[in-house]
Amino acid sequence: MLKKITTAAAAVLLAALTACGSGGSGDAGSSGAPKANDDGKITMGFAQVGAESGWRTANTKSIQESAEKAGIELKFSDAQQKQENQIKAIRSYIQQKVDVIAFSPVVETGWDAVLLEAKRANIPVILTDRAVDSDDTSLYKTFLGSDFVEEGKKAGEWLKANAGGAKNVVELQGTTGAAPAIDRKKGFEDAIQGTDLKIVATQTGDFTRSGGKQVMEAFLKSVPQIDVVYAHNDDMGLGAIEAIKAAGKVPGKDIKIITVDAVKDGMTALAAGEINFIVECNPLLGDQLMDLAKKVVAGEEVPPRVVTEETTFTSEQAKTELPNRKY
Amino acid sequence: MKNRLLWPVVALVALLMLNVVVTPSFFSVRLQDGHLYGSLIDILRNGAPTLLIALGMTLVIATRGIDLSVGAVAAIAGAVTCTHIASGGNAWVAMGLALALCAVLGLWNGFLVSVLGIQPIIATLVLMTAGRGIAMLITEGQIITVNDDSYRQVGAGFLVLPIAILISLAVLGLVALVTRRTALGLLIESVGVNPSASRLAGVRARTIIWTVYVFAALCAAVAGLMISSNVSAADANNAGLWIEMDAILAVVIGGTSLAGGRYSLTGTLLGALIIQTLTTTVYTIGIAPEITLVFKAIVVIAVCLMQAPVGIRVRVRGKQGVPA
Repeated sequence: MLKKITTAAAAVLLAALTACGSGGSGDAGSSGAPKANDDGKITMGFAQVGAESGWRTANTKSIQESAEKAGIELKFSDAQQKQENQIKAIRSYIQQKVDVIAFSPVVETGWDAVLLEAKRANIPVILTDRAVDSDDTSLYKTFLGSDFVEEGKKAGEWLKANAGGAKNVVELQGTTGAAPAIDRKKGFEDAIQGTDLKIVATQTGDFTRSGGKQVMEAFLKSVPQIDVVYAHNDDMGLGAIEAIKAAGKVPGKDIKIITVDAVKDGMTALAAGEINFIVECNPLLGDQLMDLAKKVVAGEEVPPRVVTEETTFTSEQAKTELPNRKY
Repeated sequence: MKNRLLWPVVALVALLMLNVVVTPSFFSVRLQDGHLYGSLIDILRNGAPTLLIALGMTLVIATRGIDLSVGAVAAIAGAVTCTHIASGGNAWVAMGLALALCAVLGLWNGFLVSVLGIQPIIATLVLMTAGRGIAMLITEGQIITVNDDSYRQVGAGFLVLPIAILISLAVLGLVALVTRRTALGLLIESVGVNPSASRLAGVRARTIIWTVYVFAALCAAVAGLMISSNVSAADANNAGLWIEMDAILAVVIGGTSLAGGRYSLTGTLLGALIIQTLTTTVYTIGIAPEITLVFKAIVVIAVCLMQAPVGIRVRVRGKQGVPA
């Protein structure tokens, strides 16, 4: 009971504070129309998932830097991997009458109520990096993020072109049931269909280095001939490298390694020739997000799905790119 | 005692046999770059952290306690060590720092349980949740990769056999010696059966409980070093995730009672080996990831049923039914 009262009191206080805040900073905002303020400055509320990995930290940094560059005022909140925190943050953005809300949903479902509130308040919503599962697509303007199927396909296409007699592929999957794991598997399988290449063993390494290492150790003993390792992220690939080395083989030569993500540690291994090919999964979507935000606030039509600009890296490209990698 | 260990042994042998049937070369061990190489060696090396944590857990459980924080403590140990090495520190100093910090965490757990009298499951839950946060703070949410040969030895190194399992077996031997060749084991069991009665009988229950939590934290710390050194990186989010559950399971499969007062170190060794063999089996015989957890659950349930009092009674009755 006491907790309820304190929560209520805190909410009232917060509402009062934010009311003061918005009253002071933007008069145009209070008219209710989702237009940029008179001074042309757009305010964006961004609800981040949390700081779960290096990828996510890079994602946050990119959004903050791009906002500053684009002259957009950013209100940022960190949900610490909890949906209720994100919902609270979005509600407070609605009360503050920001011009546009962007967020990376922690989970896929349970957003309808709060998104409806945003819609009623005439505040456009942009999803980044992860999608929501809702029948009502009018709840958000657009979804900006990676196409995981395409990433898997790129990996498969490269292998097809550079197989060099390789046939047997082992796959290190991400966390069972996670969207990137399902889609990267599908894309890769589609790409290598109809060729000599086939996946002879596949297991989940939970996106972690120790997982990748342990699974690879077992594969090296139970699968008679392994030509290629396809790992759903860099970390599992790095674990696999350790296992391959311990088996007395040379990673990148005796066994080809393909991974997805292109974080710094992965790129270092790629530049050293221990990984052969990395498909980028780009966390630096800040610039694209700010462009979209400007368009949405100006009332322009935007496509409902925008794919992040992503590339791929070979060993040579990694050497030139590596000094610029921040994450 | 013999009867209690019979079924874990049967389960372990059955799992190994299953592997040999599917992969005939499963038992083959060869010399590779001066160390042994094979699936059995993998089981020993990857099972070493679980075994070590389970050893600490065995003593805690024997005092009728439980320590849920070991996974988080393991993550902290790896985080401290890798962060220190990455900032140019010496690997040995880094490991010393990690052990010292984890001993303090063990003191904290022991303090909550033995002095403040908080239920062990709640007292250690605090650190289980907060510990990952501490590890994340230390690593700033990043995976810290290090390149240090002496540190790599702890988890991935070999002295013919993997160094990790040698460490775990040494600790096992030491614990067996100290608790079974002195009265300490008996005192731990008596605290588990009835703390008040043992205190009235002159046993320092509080000191003993406090000590076992510190020991469990130290075991977790060394296991954390093995886990992170195995991949030369500290992952605050995933290192030692759910390992407390594996450790408790190993202890229970080994026939130690969760109600305290009775423990078996050999049983814990068997339990830890079964759990690691189970994981390796899943990878080796190629069970689809979607059904991995169900497969594991079936094996665990089978082992537990065999050991359960009801299971034993049914089998005894079955034997009696046969005319002598």
